[in-house]
Amino acid sequence: MRPSPAYRVFRVAALVFVMLALLAPLLWMISASLKTNVDIYDPGKALAFSPTLDNYAKVLQQANYVEFIVNSLWVAFAATVASLILGLPAAYSMSRFNMRKSALVVLMARVIPGVSLLVPWYYVFSNLRMVGGFGVLIISHMFVSLPLIVYIMMGFFDSLPAELEEAALVDGLTHIGAFRRITLPLSVPGIATAGILSFIFSWNNFMFALVLSDADTKTLPVAIFDFVGYASIDWGGLMAAATVVTLPIMVIALFVQKYVVSGLTAGATKG
Amino acid sequence: MATITTTKKPPRAPETPETPAWVLWVNDHRKWLFAAPAMVFVAALLVFPLAWTGYLSLTDAEGSVRADSDFVGLRNYVDVLTDVERFWPAVGRTATFTVAALVFEVVLGMAIALLLWRPFKGERWVRVAILMPLVATPVAVGMMWRLIFDPNIGMANQVLGWFGIGPQPWLAGQHSALPTTIFIDVWQWTPMVALILLAGLTSLSEEPQEAARIDGASTWQRFRHVTLPLLMPTLTVAVLLRGIDALKTFDILYATKGRGGGSFHEVETLNVYAYGLSFDYNEYGVSSTVLIIFFLIIIGAMWALTARRKEARR
Repeated sequence: MRPSPAYRVFRVAALVFVMLALLAPLLWMISASLKTNVDIYDPGKALAFSPTLDNYAKVLQQANYVEFIVNSLWVAFAATVASLILGLPAAYSMSRFNMRKSALVVLMARVIPGVSLLVPWYYVFSNLRMVGGFGVLIISHMFVSLPLIVYIMMGFFDSLPAELEEAALVDGLTHIGAFRRITLPLSVPGIATAGILSFIFSWNNFMFALVLSDADTKTLPVAIFDFVGYASIDWGGLMAAATVVTLPIMVIALFVQKYVVSGLTAGATKG
Repeated sequence: MATITTTKKPPRAPETPETPAWVLWVNDHRKWLFAAPAMVFVAALLVFPLAWTGYLSLTDAEGSVRADSDFVGLRNYVDVLTDVERFWPAVGRTATFTVAALVFEVVLGMAIALLLWRPFKGERWVRVAILMPLVATPVAVGMMWRLIFDPNIGMANQVLGWFGIGPQPWLAGQHSALPTTIFIDVWQWTPMVALILLAGLTSLSEEPQEAARIDGASTWQRFRHVTLPLLMPTLTVAVLLRGIDALKTFDILYATKGRGGGSFHEVETLNVYAYGLSFDYNEYGVSSTVLIIFFLIIIGAMWALTARRKEARR
């Protein structure tokens, strides 16, 4: 049945409003990052202003953001790869052998507030002289990535018919051979979904790096937080810093939209 | 000769002939060999720290993490549970924040999901727009709204001015700060609820809808008595996932109001309170007590929600 014309007009109006409400703040942030601080303070120059890249020059050159970008990339990449190496076989086993209780152990990590683990972690890792290093940052981010990957991939393996592996066994492959040569290649879309989401969550993580990083290993979210000193805020620089951390992830999400959505909604329709 | 023997056997796979004993062993034990590393990793980072937190909650540990501490029994628990200055207000704010954010996100998320349900031109662009807030870094989002909600130069008061409404203090106000952070959370995470519900809606079959339409049900009746009950399992998942994350919210609060949730602790939830006790004041004993109580609250809430979910399945 075709919806009535009145509803169609309402729907277009409502959708335009939703888009504006979601995108306008982000566009405002980007536009402020291109303004001088004088222009930011001038409401008359809300839209009509002459753009400048000074804020970016300041953030990238003086405030060492290039280093923090590299730190963030490295930690997110390493945590994602390590979590995939641990998480893929685990999710496979938990799916095929129906190990729901074991899965619960891993998924508990998603429920517990990070702050309740930070004091013991800080204690242990400072005794191991690891606080401030990349190792502890990667481990702490894996604690977020691994449950996410296991959760997404369990759903994926559940939907992958076991008959394909059985056929491979008949053809003489071992179980592990079948996993490596049949299951994993067929799971590329699922792995992409899990990997991309893991990368995004790690990139955005703030609390673990706030406690466990030092001046050399700081990730971008912590660097942005440190940008706000006790003195008056350099709004242009702050918005440039905020744009530097969000824009790459938004651009990535644009290109791999399908995977991000399927990862975020994983497990939603199975009930 | 060799060719004759091979043709008699099923096609050779690289692993089959004279498979070493250890390969057989690995294959026989793959269930746990596959699952154990991940489980050990999580358990090591989870079980020991929780036990440690439990132990610390019974001590007067403070100052350096290496300093000696004395066992004080349940004194911290008595202190925390009778603390009406910081602890109970923080519990109240956590509950307010979580419940308010969740209600707005579910209602608005449902509305957006219904708007997007049937295909239309330009659907792709709306979906992209919806994705942007929820992949954005929460700390950066907090900073962005700090500028927009700045009482003097922020765009929010400009927009209110167009409608003849006077400037509001937003994040700077003692009573408006918490609602403003809830607004920010709703802005960022409503898309997540919308996407989950949309996935649920898309997977529903058309027949019950058709049947209700033929029986003359109005749009509202169809939503209330057909769509909503069918969507219940998905809705529960959405509430569960978002509820857990809302309960754990830290980034937005700390980025907008900093230590202690502002000078009047106006956005100090349990997360912010426990973080401050641990890392701003180094009161490890008390902070561990707060965390254990918080943890019990979360387990209780989870249990209530999953019980609800099981009931919905029946």
